[in-house]
Amino acid sequence: MEYLIGIQGPDFVLVAADNVAASSILQMKHDYDKMFKLSEKILLLCVGEAGDTVQFAEYIQKNVQLYKMRNGYELSPSAAANFTRKNLADYLRSRTPYHVNLLLAGYDDADGPGLYYMDHLSSLAKAPFAAHGYGAFLTLSILDQHYRPDLTREEAVDLLKKCIEELNKRFILNLPSFTVRLIDKEGIHDLETLTSGAK
Amino acid sequence: MALEDICGFTDTPVHAKWFPTSLFEDSISSIHLTDNCTFGLRKPKKSEGNGGIPMDFFIPTLPNSASFNHRPLPSPPAKYSAMVRRPFPLSHGTTTLGFVFQGGVIAAADTRASAGGLVACPAVHKITPIHSHLVVTSSGSGADCMLWERILAREIRLYQLRHRRRLSICGTAKLLSFMLHPFKGTEVCVALTLCGWDKGVTAATNSGPKLIYVCSDGARLQGDVFSVGSGSPYAYGVLDRELRWCLSKEEAISLAREAVFRATHRDAYSGNNVDLFHITAQGWSRRAREDLKEEYYRDMKRREKVAEERKRLIK
Repeated sequence: MEYLIGIQGPDFVLVAADNVAASSILQMKHDYDKMFKLSEKILLLCVGEAGDTVQFAEYIQKNVQLYKMRNGYELSPSAAANFTRKNLADYLRSRTPYHVNLLLAGYDDADGPGLYYMDHLSSLAKAPFAAHGYGAFLTLSILDQHYRPDLTREEAVDLLKKCIEELNKRFILNLPSFTVRLIDKEGIHDLETLTSGAK
Repeated sequence: MALEDICGFTDTPVHAKWFPTSLFEDSISSIHLTDNCTFGLRKPKKSEGNGGIPMDFFIPTLPNSASFNHRPLPSPPAKYSAMVRRPFPLSHGTTTLGFVFQGGVIAAADTRASAGGLVACPAVHKITPIHSHLVVTSSGSGADCMLWERILAREIRLYQLRHRRRLSICGTAKLLSFMLHPFKGTEVCVALTLCGWDKGVTAATNSGPKLIYVCSDGARLQGDVFSVGSGSPYAYGVLDRELRWCLSKEEAISLAREAVFRATHRDAYSGNNVDLFHITAQGWSRRAREDLKEEYYRDMKRREKVAEERKRLIK
């Protein structure tokens, strides 16, 4: 099962996703990137059914870029999140809904950092921290307990590491490595890939 | 669906199912005065984006399309085909694998086609060349794979003729994935591994050996080693231990053979022979088909010899 997590700080958003692309019982890839760059300061993390994730995420990605080409400026994270939700909602009651769970993380120059939680029933919630997947059941309580709105970047990474430790300890599936990225007013930064250490 | 909307597929059985009244405006079943005052059924709409292929070709028969046949339409039910009951169960038994190493790409597969518990054909070609530098291994439903390989070969060739350059392997995979997307959720079962060599004209990063897995579920993954089919876990067991970038050509071929052999030994739905293709910058080359029964007896003899040796040493 796949895992996404996002933590918002006062001037940044930290996001992480596991790196496994699975097909029934097999790990087909160990280094699969589940984050899609919508613009210079917006990332879309997408998990769910095999083809739907890439199709839907690329569709949103290209549309956000098209908006920029047509209008000369980029969509804000809030606008992008609502656009994404609208698309999910439109296809929800069609013959082919998209079965995807999303986290949209971005930095708006006017409003600051934002983390948006969306799920396959096209709900949308702006949240200080969020997670998707079975791993969320294990880690949301850790986030509840230790999250503070004024986290520094190092503290946020430590909180993320605590969550991953818990997954490695209690989650039945092996999630060996996680891509970690940080978004702030400078843009998207790649942080060190977190591995479980057990090889 | 997103792709349908973009392409404007409105006069299809899919659309008709949810908007039944629009069927009576649909021209398929009605007689029109066409130009030059000739009566005739309007020709089935061809989608421009697909190179003139009649659209009903791309539309899958719906699982409950039997309900259409109760409708009293005068036209032949060509577009709304009744559910065909298969006389045998479909099975997706196979072992195919592909991996990248310093000497190029190796693609290997068994040759058994099974239908339920029956070996429908012991000598099937599961690896098909598409062009001089691309080979595709197929698993899933045999008929679907054959069809989609031909469609892919045709689209690649059309692209080459239209744009005067060969489409990259990544582009080929994306094209195939988008062509398969409308059939997601139907019984189409196709899992292809594209093994090829990109002769990149532009960036140096794009050229070289490529291995991409495309599945009718919608998955499209690029990687260094893939094994697909019912025998794939067994093949992974052998491949994951021995596979290295710096293998020589002979070692890589022998590893691929060994992986398929072990998989066919354990998996009931894989077996008979092993096919092996090697793709380099010069194109693909094919190794002669080998019967794995012989390999099994050779392996047994090898084990006997080793056991004897051990007994002698102990004595």
